[in-house]
Amino acid sequence: MAAEVKLTFKDFKSDQEVRWCAGCGDHAILNSVQKAMAEMGIPKEKFAVIAGIGCSSRFPYYMNTYGFHTIHGRGATIASGVKVANPDLSVWVINGDGDGLAIGGNHFIHLNRRNINLNLLLFNNEIYGLTKGQYSPTTKEGTKTKTSPYGTIEQPFNPGELVLGAQGKYFARTIDVNMKLTQEILINAQKHKGTSVVEILQNCVIFSNGVHGFYTDKENKLDRQIVLHHGEKMIFGKNNDKGLVLDGLKLKVVTLGENGITENDILTHDAHEETPFLHWMLIAMKGPDFPIALGVIREVRTTTYEQKMEDQIAEVKAKSPIKNMTDLLHSGSTWTV
Amino acid sequence: MTNKIDKVIELDHVVIRFSGDSGDGMQLTGTLFSDTSAFMGNGISTFPDYPAEIRAPQGTVGGVSGFQVHFGHDINTPGDYADVLVAMNPAALKANAKWTKLGGSIILDKDAFTAKNLEKAGYKTDDPIKEDNLGGFNIISAPISSMTQETLKDTGMDNKTILRSKNMFALGMCYYLFNRELTFTEKFIETKFKKVPAVIEANKKVLKAGYNYGYNVQELTPYKVAAEEISKGTYRNINGNTATAWGLVAASEKSSLPLFCGSYPITPATDILHELAKLKNFGVKTFQAEDEIGGVTSAIGASFAGNLAVTTTSGPGLALKGEAIGLAVITELPLVIVNVQRGGPSTGLPTKTEQSDLLQALYGRNGESPVAVIAASTPSNCFHYAFQAGKIALEHMTPVVLLTDGFLANGTQPWKIPNMEDYPEIKAPIAKEGTENYMPYLRNEENLVREWAIPGTPGLEHRIGGLEKMDKTGAVSYVPENHQVMTDLREEKVARIIADVPDLEIIGEDEGDLLVVGWGGTYGHLLTAAHDMQKEGKSISFVHFNYIKPLPANTKDVFKKFKKILVAELNNGQFVNYLRSMFPEFTYLQYNKVMGLPFTSIELMDNFNKILEEK
Ligand SMILES: Cc1ncc(C[n+]2csc(CCOP(=O)(O)OP(=O)(O)O)c2C)c(N)n1
Ligand code: SF4
Ligand SMILES: [Mg+2]
Repeated sequence: MAAEVKLTFKDFKSDQEVRWCAGCGDHAILNSVQKAMAEMGIPKEKFAVIAGIGCSSRFPYYMNTYGFHTIHGRGATIASGVKVANPDLSVWVINGDGDGLAIGGNHFIHLNRRNINLNLLLFNNEIYGLTKGQYSPTTKEGTKTKTSPYGTIEQPFNPGELVLGAQGKYFARTIDVNMKLTQEILINAQKHKGTSVVEILQNCVIFSNGVHGFYTDKENKLDRQIVLHHGEKMIFGKNNDKGLVLDGLKLKVVTLGENGITENDILTHDAHEETPFLHWMLIAMKGPDFPIALGVIREVRTTTYEQKMEDQIAEVKAKSPIKNMTDLLHSGSTWTV
Repeated sequence: MTNKIDKVIELDHVVIRFSGDSGDGMQLTGTLFSDTSAFMGNGISTFPDYPAEIRAPQGTVGGVSGFQVHFGHDINTPGDYADVLVAMNPAALKANAKWTKLGGSIILDKDAFTAKNLEKAGYKTDDPIKEDNLGGFNIISAPISSMTQETLKDTGMDNKTILRSKNMFALGMCYYLFNRELTFTEKFIETKFKKVPAVIEANKKVLKAGYNYGYNVQELTPYKVAAEEISKGTYRNINGNTATAWGLVAASEKSSLPLFCGSYPITPATDILHELAKLKNFGVKTFQAEDEIGGVTSAIGASFAGNLAVTTTSGPGLALKGEAIGLAVITELPLVIVNVQRGGPSTGLPTKTEQSDLLQALYGRNGESPVAVIAASTPSNCFHYAFQAGKIALEHMTPVVLLTDGFLANGTQPWKIPNMEDYPEIKAPIAKEGTENYMPYLRNEENLVREWAIPGTPGLEHRIGGLEKMDKTGAVSYVPENHQVMTDLREEKVARIIADVPDLEIIGEDEGDLLVVGWGGTYGHLLTAAHDMQKEGKSISFVHFNYIKPLPANTKDVFKKFKKILVAELNNGQFVNYLRSMFPEFTYLQYNKVMGLPFTSIELMDNFNKILEEK
C-alpha cells in the first residue's frame, strides 16, 4: 500500500452536475462512497469505478477517479478485465438490479465464482429506473409496474442467495439512508480480498417509492432491522431485547427475558464461517416475521483469482527457457536451408 | 536409402491425401510426411479435414479423418485434387475418392475391406471399385494390416497395439513412392516414445517394412518431385491459428504492453486461445469468460487498464460482441478482434471455411461504428497481420477486426522465421504523468488519435463511457451538432490509418484484359490460377487485399487500367458490394462460392477463361 494519503470526500467529487431526481437514494450512496473512499488511505488515481447502464450506473461521472460508464449488464466483466490486467487498482462496480441481475446476471454469478478482488455495489430499487418503471428481477411478486399492470407473476431473486449459490465469499447489505453503516461496510469490503458484493437497498422516489419502507420506517426500523457484526450477538430491537436463535433447522426471533432466554442463548455472528447455511438463513430473512439482516453477513477469506493468475505466470516464467519472441519462433522443430 | 529402380516419374508438385478412421492416426501420418518433405526442400502446404463429430461411429463416413499434403515447387495451396489417396478403410475410400484426380493412385488397406466394414461405409456390394466407378484409377490394394501384424509378430505385443502402427506401414509405402528419407520420422518416433523403447522399435520396423513393401511390389512407380527454390534461412511449419497467437505476442513485445485475451471457445478459433493460454511465460493473461460478451468486455476492461487487449472468436461470437465493439469505438480504446470465419449463418458449418463475415466485421453494429478491418491471406502471414492488427489498434486507438478463416486457421505451411529486429516498435499514445489539464478526447491533429491515460497514473483521472461526448473534454453531450462532429471524427480517424497501409501489388502486368481481385484466405488458389494462366500467355493480372478498411491508397489507380474486374470470394458477393459502394465508377464481375470449401484453381481458371473469351 502506498504511503499515507490524506484525502477528503471533496477530492472525490467530479465537476459534473449530479442528475438524479431530487430525493433519489443514489445521492446518499454517492456521498457515502465518497466519504468512505477518503478514509481508505488509497491514492485517488488507484480507484477505477466501472458501471453498466441505468440511473445508478451514472455514478462514475460523479466521481473524480478513473471511471468507465460502459454498456448495460457488462460492468462486472469490464471491471474483471481491469482488475486482472492491473491488480494494483481498487476496482468498484456499480450495478442496478436490472443491470446486475437481469442482463448481467450471468456475469454476476461468474464473477462471484471466480472471486476476483473487486467491490460490487448493487443498487437495489426493485425497479428499472432509467427506462421508467418496468419490473426487475428483484421486484416482489404481485407488484404492479408498467410492464406488469396486473401485478408481476415472477418470483424475485434475493441477490445474497445468488452470491451464495455462486460460491461467493462476501456479501453485505445496507440501506441508502443509513450512511454510517454504508461507509463502514464499504471500508470493510475494500479490505476484503475477493469479490465483495454489497447490496444497497435504494429508494427510487419516482417508480418504486417506499419499496423498502417497511424496513426504513422511522418508528419501527429498529425492530425490523438487525445489523450484524462479526463476533457479536445477534441482538436487535428498539429496546435491544430481541435476538435470533436456532430452532431446529430454522431461525427464530426471541425476546430476552421471556421464557428464560438470556444473552447466552442468542446466536453469535460468524461472518468468517465457510459453510453457507446460517448465512443463507440470515440473508433470506424478511418481514414481518423477521428483521432484515444488514451489515457484513459473509466474509470468507481465500486466494483471489488474479493472485492465482499472477502466481501461475511467475511460476511458468521462472521455468520456461523461452524468454522472448525470438526464442519462441525458434522453439520446436525447425530446419535451416 | 535410395531407390534402385531407374524408372521414375518426374513431377512439379504432388498432392497426397491420407485418410482413415479418426483412430487411425492420419493427422500424425500426414504431418510426418509434410515435415519430411519440407525438410527435404519441397515447398508444402497442408490441410487437415477432421470429422465434425468428436466420436463418430468407427468405420463410418462420418468418422473419416483426412490430411492433405501438397508438396513440390511453387506451392500456394494444399492442392485441389489428390494424385495419391491413402484410404485405410472403405469409409475413407467412400468419402475421398471424389477428391482424387482421375488416373491418380489409390492405396488401400486390403485387410480393412471386410464385408462388415463395407456395409458400415454404406457400400451395397462387395466391390467398391466397381460400385463407385473407380476403374480409371490406379488401385494399389495392399495388405497393410496383415503385413504390420507379420512384421511385429515376434514382439510379444498384443494385436490391438500392433495394429496401431499400421499407419507407419502406409507412411513407409509413401516414402518409397516419393523417395523420402526415413530419418526425420525415425527421429520423431524416438523422441515421442522416449519412455517406451519397445514402441520405438515397433514403429521403426513397420515404417521400414512399408518402405520395403513399396520397393518389392511392381505396381508402384516412384516419383521425383521438384524442390522449391528456397531462400536461405531457418524454417518451421506453422498453421494460421498459431501464427495469429504468436503475432499478437509479438505486438505485445514490441509495444512493451502486456497481452490480455478475453475469449470464449468456438471452432475454428479456439486454438488461438489454447496457444495464448500456454504462453504465460510472456506474461500473457487469458481469461476464458462465461460467453463471448464477457470475452470482449473483459478485453475492453483490460484495454482501459492499459493492456494490449484481444478477443478471439468466429462468426456467431462476433455477432454477440457487436454492442461491446461499439463501446470500444465510441470510447476510442485499442482492441483487437480476431474473427476466424466459418460457414454460416447461425451454427452453419463450424468446421468449414467461408468468407461471409466481411460485412458483419465492417458494419455489424448499431450506429455509425467504424473499425479498421484487415485480413490475413496465408497461414503463415497470420503472424504479420496479427502483429499489424495490434499495431494499428494501439497506435490509432481503435478496434481492429482481423479476419482469418477455417482454411487459414488449420492449414500449415513452412515459414521462414522472421527476424524480430525487422519488426518495428509499436508506440501507443500513452499520456504521461504530469500532463497538464489532461483531456481524454484531445486529438493528435495529424492522425486524430487521442491520448490514452492509464488508470493508476496520478493526476490524469478521467471518465469515459458509451454516451456521446464532447470532443476534447469527453463530457457527456446531447448537442445535435456535436454528435455530427464526433461521428465524422471517428470515421475520419479510421480513414487516416491509410498512411500505414501499403499499396496494392499487382501480380502480372499492370494493365490488361482482366484483373482478378481477391481478399483474405483465397490468396493461394487465386494466385495459382492467375500464375497458370499467365504462363499460358493470357492477359490476366491479380491483386489481393489484406487491408479492407481503409483500402490501400492506390486501389482506384490499379482498377482503372483493366478492361474487366472480377472479384472472387467465398460468399455471395460481400467484398464486391463493398467495392461497388467505395468505387462506383467501375463495373465489377463476380465469382462466388458458398459450399464451405475453398476454391479449386481449376474452377477459377475455367471461369476466368470464360470471362476472357466473352466480348
Ligand atoms: C442492451 C440494452 N438493453 C436495454 C437497455 C435499456 N436499459 C437501460 S437501463 C435499463 C434497466 C435499468 O434498471 P436498473 O439496472 O435496475 O438500474 P436503475 O435505473 O434502476 O438504477 C434498461 C432496460 C440498454 N441500455 N441496453
Ligand atoms: S428514476 Fe428513480 S432511480 Fe432514477 S434517478 Fe429518479 S429516483 Fe433515482
Ligand atoms: Mg433498478
